[in-house]
Amino acid sequence: MRLSLSARITLWTVMGFGLSFIYVPLILVVINSFNTNTSFAWPPTGFTTSWWSKAAVNEGVRDAITRSAVVALFATLIALVLGSLAAAAISRYKFFGQEVISLLFVLPIALPGIVTGIALNNVFTNFLGELTIFTIIIGHATFCIVVVFNNVSARYRRLGANLEEASMDLGANRFTTYRLITFPLLRSALLAGGLLAFALSFDEIIVTTFTAGAGQTTLPIWIFQNLFRPNQAPIVNVVAAALILVSIIPIYLSQRLTQEKVS
Amino acid sequence: MSNKVKKYMQQRPTARAAFLLSLPLLWLLLIYIGSLLALFITSIWKIDTFTSKIIRQFTLQNFIDIFSDRAYFNVTVRTLFVAICVTIICAVIAIPMAFFIARVAKPKSRPVLIALLITPLWASYLVKIYAWRTMFYPEKGFITWLISPLGGQSPGFGIFAVIVGLTYLWLPYMILPIYAGMEKLPTSLLDASADLGAKSGKTFFNIILPITWPAIIAGSIFTFSLSMGDYITVQILGGTFQMLGNVVYQNFSLNLPFAAAVALIPVIIMLVYLSGIRKSGALDNL
Repeated sequence: MRLSLSARITLWTVMGFGLSFIYVPLILVVINSFNTNTSFAWPPTGFTTSWWSKAAVNEGVRDAITRSAVVALFATLIALVLGSLAAAAISRYKFFGQEVISLLFVLPIALPGIVTGIALNNVFTNFLGELTIFTIIIGHATFCIVVVFNNVSARYRRLGANLEEASMDLGANRFTTYRLITFPLLRSALLAGGLLAFALSFDEIIVTTFTAGAGQTTLPIWIFQNLFRPNQAPIVNVVAAALILVSIIPIYLSQRLTQEKVS
Repeated sequence: MSNKVKKYMQQRPTARAAFLLSLPLLWLLLIYIGSLLALFITSIWKIDTFTSKIIRQFTLQNFIDIFSDRAYFNVTVRTLFVAICVTIICAVIAIPMAFFIARVAKPKSRPVLIALLITPLWASYLVKIYAWRTMFYPEKGFITWLISPLGGQSPGFGIFAVIVGLTYLWLPYMILPIYAGMEKLPTSLLDASADLGAKSGKTFFNIILPITWPAIIAGSIFTFSLSMGDYITVQILGGTFQMLGNVVYQNFSLNLPFAAAVALIPVIIMLVYLSGIRKSGALDNL
């Protein structure tokens, strides 16, 4: 399309400014993880890899990573099942109260996390007696459902119902149609939604703070607990830098997924 | 499934929908909505001031306390101010960036640019706030280092740092729906507008903005709600600055009924906001 020169310059400037706004802080964290100065005065005073080797053998970090991965895995599995069921019902059928119900499914991400957190904490401690790793999973699954639901609903809207109807007209029953037509078309949306749900759960701290039992330290909670301890600061910084580098993997995967969609 | 049930399901689409919906809806109602209701029932109870135990006795004292103390009104206004600022700044940055990627950048470079923009979405929440802590650090932080040659100094921790931090956190949530909205924008409309003599600015305000409005509103749900409820960013970047989330957090363990009453404030604001935008079609753009 045609754009005036001034509009073009403005857009390029905003783009450059925006990207540096996004990346300067992240790059800074990675550079600081090699900084010899433990208080991270800028500019760095020297280069060292000792923080990385110290973090690699840190028991607390390892334990927290494992717990976060387990929680995120189970929360994602629950979310995939419940989220895609709900998306199928709301996208493919017309029924009374549909609009209210679809609004209801958005609520867990539309309402502040601290409200969800204290509400779940209140119920869990009163009815279940104590908080465990399961209460974290239940709490996380509740907002992960929304992510899967949104991704799958959007795919349903884009697909339309023609292919499914054709399949049923040709004599396939509902399950065969789902297995051979609907599911393959939804697959990349399920993967993208599942990936996002996993990432959100792995990273969640507010709901986790209120639903985690004693000693159930997930990675974000570990980071938060050690953030203000001066002698732990370099380890926290390494974990932060590692998380930035690791986050490239899901991006690469989601890129592959979108390419699959195009082809 | 018995044949009878099977046959019934075949003939009744509503029954099929109910079957599909039963499990997720049960989860949502039982765990989420149930907990919320229980919490808000708690807000009309009180505590024994010595033991901090909840006494199940109807009282509006918590709400009277909130309304009679100006401090809570002020903290609500401050929270709203921060949430609105964050939402507006996110939109102002996101709209041109999304437009650039969807309409100006070469189709080949689009996936790369989108990947560059969603990277911070995958990076950890705490890592991002931590990164800004090192940026804003008053004496030896990056910002001080950057602007001290010009005679400037980092503003330090406070409301400004909180707004920057929250903007940074929620920016991808604004860019993604707007980008999806911009992609659907028909090029013919933009060309027609230019052919009829409209300048870029006019095309933007009369064509692009109205068409992408539902997407912008969809993004604002995230930026607004996530900012309203945050207390951890405020703890790390806020210095002595406080928001509604902090008030809830501080009262949570000692006086749950009061914390629940304060927590109702952001919930009511969000529900008013959601019902206001329901007609805009924004919810389909999430």
